[in-house]
Amino acid sequence: MKVSDFERISGAKCLTGPYEDREIACGYTCDLLSHVMGRGQADMAWITVQAHMNVIAVAALLDFACVIIPESLPVEAPIVAKAKDEDIILLSSDRTAYELVMLLAENGVAPAKKG
Amino acid sequence: MIIKETYPVKADDMTCAGDVSARIKRHMKRLGIPSSIMRRVSVCTYEAEINLVIHSDGGQIDFEISEDRILVRARDVGPGIPDIDKAMTEGWSTASNEVRNMGFGAGMGLPNMKRNADDFHISSVVGEGTDISMIFNI
Repeated sequence: MKVSDFERISGAKCLTGPYEDREIACGYTCDLLSHVMGRGQADMAWITVQAHMNVIAVAALLDFACVIIPESLPVEAPIVAKAKDEDIILLSSDRTAYELVMLLAENGVAPAKKG
Repeated sequence: MIIKETYPVKADDMTCAGDVSARIKRHMKRLGIPSSIMRRVSVCTYEAEINLVIHSDGGQIDFEISEDRILVRARDVGPGIPDIDKAMTEGWSTASNEVRNMGFGAGMGLPNMKRNADDFHISSVVGEGTDISMIFNI
């Protein structure tokens, strides 16, 4: 499944504007950054309620496919700007993390394995 | 030696946390280091950098790439770690509530470093600081 497919199916909004589409290899949801560092891998879709600079740093370091913020939680402009700088696709959805995980799973996205 | 750099890391500066790790990743990418190694080094440098920001009074990260290995060394001035075995236990953390609210302080930093480095060494003196060396074979 590609990021654009997920955006369309979920009705999520892309905060970072037009992007180069990429495949989602696996998915994970967690708000503790060290757990994400331990589990994260390239092309992962990460769902988190955290919306600060360090989320973008983690996503860039591990080359995630996208970061998805659930429940339309506010994301400040400098965070969006940083995501753009780092070529991180930042999506926002009014759905809960649980609903977003269900959508990923229903569309064949596998859970992230521990690295 | 292909690259030898030292980067200072400021204490308590959460907005810049991760910048050193990003610079190190750019070096590795430019040199064509395999992505699996790049991932492990990135995890370790980020965890080390965050520890310096959260727990120390400031420090530095040394980064070296030679033909066959990568060295990351994080040294700080700070409170040190009284019980290293306890600090290496998954889930154990002394992080403040403020940084926990940001998703840090899960007590996974040191275990993540040990798991991802080919060689991991930590020493610490209470009241002076902590010194962590990690080697990654290329």
